[in-house]
Amino acid sequence: MTPAPPLPRWADVFVLPLINLMVALLVCGLIVLALGENPFVAIVVMIKGAFVYPGSLGYTLYYTTNFIFTGLAVAVASHAMMFNIGGEGQAYIGGLGAGLVALWLAPLAPLVLVIPVAILAAALFGAVWGLIPGYLQAYRGSHIVITTIMFNFIASAIMVWLLAGALMQPGQQSPHTAQFAVSGQMPKLHDLLNVLSFNVAASPLNLSFLLALAALLGFWVLIWKTRIGYEIRAVGQNPKAAHYAGINVPLVIVFSLAVSGACAGLMATNEILGVQHRVVLNFTSGYGFAGIAIALMGRNHPIGIFFASLLFGALYQGGAELDFEFQSITREIVLLIQGMIVLFSGALAYMFSAPLARLLARLQVRPKPAEGET
Amino acid sequence: MSDFAFQLLLTLDATLRVATPLILCAMAGIFSERSGIIDISLEGKLLMGAFVAATVASLTGSVWLGVICAIASCVILALIHGFACITHRGNQVVSGLAINMLASGLTVTVGIALFRQGGQTPPLGNTERFRPVEWWFVETFDGIPGFGAIYRELISNHNILVYVALVMVPATALLLYKTRFGLRLRAVGEMPEAVDSAGVSVTWLRYRAVILTGLFCGLAGAYLSTAQGAGFVREMSAGKGYIALAAVIFGNWRPVPVLLACLLFGFLEAASARLQGVEIPLIGAAPTQLMLALPYIMTVLLLAGFVGRSSPPSAIGEPYQK
Repeated sequence: MTPAPPLPRWADVFVLPLINLMVALLVCGLIVLALGENPFVAIVVMIKGAFVYPGSLGYTLYYTTNFIFTGLAVAVASHAMMFNIGGEGQAYIGGLGAGLVALWLAPLAPLVLVIPVAILAAALFGAVWGLIPGYLQAYRGSHIVITTIMFNFIASAIMVWLLAGALMQPGQQSPHTAQFAVSGQMPKLHDLLNVLSFNVAASPLNLSFLLALAALLGFWVLIWKTRIGYEIRAVGQNPKAAHYAGINVPLVIVFSLAVSGACAGLMATNEILGVQHRVVLNFTSGYGFAGIAIALMGRNHPIGIFFASLLFGALYQGGAELDFEFQSITREIVLLIQGMIVLFSGALAYMFSAPLARLLARLQVRPKPAEGET
Repeated sequence: MSDFAFQLLLTLDATLRVATPLILCAMAGIFSERSGIIDISLEGKLLMGAFVAATVASLTGSVWLGVICAIASCVILALIHGFACITHRGNQVVSGLAINMLASGLTVTVGIALFRQGGQTPPLGNTERFRPVEWWFVETFDGIPGFGAIYRELISNHNILVYVALVMVPATALLLYKTRFGLRLRAVGEMPEAVDSAGVSVTWLRYRAVILTGLFCGLAGAYLSTAQGAGFVREMSAGKGYIALAAVIFGNWRPVPVLLACLLFGFLEAASARLQGVEIPLIGAAPTQLMLALPYIMTVLLLAGFVGRSSPPSAIGEPYQK
């Protein structure tokens, strides 16, 4: 077989990811069919559940917030060609940071002071939990994937130990902390909008969503508009060349993992400060891993990450609706969709690349004159 | 026999039971990783195997049919991994993650659709699962102080899969080190170009390696739901696949050291279960969470070169381009 012609950029950026997504959804649809339900009805139910019912958009955006943070975490590290699959643990430890600040500072200080400090603590704790595997990769040569997996479990053990021990609410038997004072609770968006006399249905959507949007912008500036962002991309493209260009490669790797961990840690502002108002066991519940799907689908670009997060937010919220409407399929189908997306958009990302390129080349009957030719 | 010695004996007995799925999964991991394919989807395959074994055993009443189907399902997942990593040269970690997510989603979704019990299978009856096998002479040896108890608790009275797992370790070692297939398998993980230039197909070798991985994972999964447990519960693999992966790394990708790592990690888990809430002199409450986290911590320390030295297959994680 002759090698496939190069794929045009527009096809690589838009068409190929779309094909991959469609194939993933198609396979999931077939599975739903095999379970004896109608996939099209299921999609309509999910869309209604995600966007139409009152308050549902708020829920969708609340889930979206989590995905933006964990997706960014994977994306930052990806630009340095580091595979951070420790988002789960970094978010968990970030929750510890946010929780400690909210527990101890909230009774003493007003909200405008407590919340920013708690946000910083979440980012800082997450950063530390990303920085250590980064250091071990950059300076000790241990494989980042394995180390971050191990750090997920270590984080989990630490949190169980703390939440069932030193931090457990006194007089309680279930492993979680006491509830934060009001000044340690992130304001809900519907409360704020109702104050401004907009009438909005109640939902868990809180100010963390705006923080997530700011993080998307910050990510774009960091990666494409700053010196260190350039260095991160240079290290990712070719560490040897970066080294000869005078870039401190190990330091850049550690930095990218720290920023990555900080992004994951910020997820806790939404879950812990925004919704739970206490540190609970397993609040990360897979969002960290979902971040990998987000970053893959969004091609490590802020706009892509936003829309991938929105899609996943809609899947999570809409998936909850399935429980009410169907006997055989539940919201767990979302995990399946997530897996299919990671498989087709990630591991098999280029399966359709060569066939698509051939098809496009065939469609292009009249070859365009190359640039510069007269 | 003193009380302490008896407690220790019971803990060792539990160690063997806890370590069995780790051993099977870790041998599975050795095949894949020695051929150059990173496999973080041991966890997903373990989960899928457990689900399929319990489901088939529950529906047909035959535990052996359950095992066969568990193996088949894991081999299919392994082939998907192979298709992505070998044929399409995709990212091996991403593919592994995808399989973990698929297993997680499929087991729950199909479980709910089939049984309507929140993702569990109905509890399995005694004929639908593996029961402990009592060896000969247990009564005879009971009279011998020390040995009688060891024979009864530690050596006899396990189900057949425990013994299968223990036999699989030397079998793996033989296959890897004493056969032509094993030599080529190791070579393909170290230097695939050499294997290719000798006229042996890298692709087919690696596919055979991942098929073996699926086979062993299927056994491990069947053990979880039809031998150790009596039915499938959601997420019942609970990180065991990752511990097995840690054991593979900790044992330097060699069968016997990996077995020892599995036994060590199994012992930590068994001991922490036994020490839950127990006060130890001078230490206070037993640090059970620390004991459970120790496999991960030790693996991190080993990988970082703080203790010992890790020597992974040189071509691991790199797709082969002819």
